[in-house]
Amino acid sequence: MTMKMERKLIQGDFIPRADDELIVCRCEEITQGEIRKAVYDGMFTMNEVKRYLRAGMGLCQGQTCSGLVQKIIARELGLAPGEVEISTSRSPARPIQMKQMARDGVKK
Amino acid sequence: MQKKEVIIVGGGVIGCAIAYYLARLNVKALVIESEEIGHGGSSRNGGGVRQSARDPRELPLAMHAIRYIWPNLSDELGVDVEYCQEGNLRLAKTEEHIKILERVIAQGISLGLDLRLIDQKEVREICPYVSDEVIAASYCPTDGHGNPMVTTLAYYKRAREMGAEFITGEMVQSILIRKGKVGGIKTNLGTYESDQVILAAGYESRAIANTVGIDIPMQRTLVEALVTDQQPYMFPQMIGTAASDFYGHQTKHGSFVFGGMTGLEPYGSEVDNPITRSITAPSICRAILGYFPAIGQSNIVRTWSGWLDVCADHVPILSKVDELPGLTLACAFSGHGYGIAPAVGQSMAELVVNGSPSLSLDAFRYDRFQPKS
Repeated sequence: MTMKMERKLIQGDFIPRADDELIVCRCEEITQGEIRKAVYDGMFTMNEVKRYLRAGMGLCQGQTCSGLVQKIIARELGLAPGEVEISTSRSPARPIQMKQMARDGVKK
Repeated sequence: MQKKEVIIVGGGVIGCAIAYYLARLNVKALVIESEEIGHGGSSRNGGGVRQSARDPRELPLAMHAIRYIWPNLSDELGVDVEYCQEGNLRLAKTEEHIKILERVIAQGISLGLDLRLIDQKEVREICPYVSDEVIAASYCPTDGHGNPMVTTLAYYKRAREMGAEFITGEMVQSILIRKGKVGGIKTNLGTYESDQVILAAGYESRAIANTVGIDIPMQRTLVEALVTDQQPYMFPQMIGTAASDFYGHQTKHGSFVFGGMTGLEPYGSEVDNPITRSITAPSICRAILGYFPAIGQSNIVRTWSGWLDVCADHVPILSKVDELPGLTLACAFSGHGYGIAPAVGQSMAELVVNGSPSLSLDAFRYDRFQPKS
């Protein structure tokens, strides 16, 4: 079960940072600023940020950016990185062509 | 602790939509979700916004949502929910399939839906990528699809901005009764007071309703889905089949999302978390390739699964509970809640605030289930 979170509005306007243009999720080209704004909009977990922005939904499935996204969310919420749960890992570990997957389990 | 106007149990698309439409009626709800926003079926479904092949009881909700809410929803919520209204094709490969479609079409037409049978030539004009095996289809031009994950989060975001409260990671365990009426809820961490509690927690609603002696005849069934990598634009229609072997669409991003069932789901071993099984994704892939060989080039990047809250008669329960004033149910969507969620959210908010929703919910009463004899 996940940690209890009250989803209160973050007081004041969204404040941009000088390095907001940095690309964090390289597969989907999601920037630090977009992730920070998503947290401001109420996306307080890795799965929510992922579903809202596609960060971690690309070809590598977050294998590159997960730790970075986790740290950004934690920083915005004033949490330790470990308090932000990593997104669910799912099969397949590497992309598989549909034609190939279709052959799995078929008796010759 | 301050008494809440309304407590909604469950932060899925239904709970978040109800919170949003309540906020529009100046009622500030508290939504309590045990996991995170959109954790259940709301983030795991195929995204269909469909009227065709709907149960006649549900069709008015779907038609209302598609006519009046979906077209403006992105502007209304301030987030692109990727609504795409380019029609639904339900594909047929055999004469048996055509018979299935003809029954569905006759029913749709009798209820005023623009739905018709089209031949192979017309199917190919609409969607050139279908295989030679496809001989006909039903076509509903006003159907479409959206992004269910973003829709859920968009309702959440806008409701939160408008004053709804949300708490995640707290699990509602029971309903509290005060003098024969709803008094609030008890969670794993404490209690919250309110005269109005709406259960919108999918299958988990059943155990919570059971704490006040109300039962909901529904079962939990596993369903699985997969997504491909980004592909060049191919076609915008929502796809289903008369054989019900898969369904899906190409998203705005370019990836294809497909879902399907092997037929063996009800007999899988009991597990607490929805898991993907090794037989399912290949089965969905084989089904897709029989209709769309060109998609075989794409790569599958992810598979997932979720629970359906399947009602005994396959339509939801959207109802006040007579025995316990203040308790309202919005659950048992049976796998097709996303497309009607805007209409359900609006109607449920009206039901709770003034008792008379603008769309009739009489067909969805909780006490409609009767034994055979």
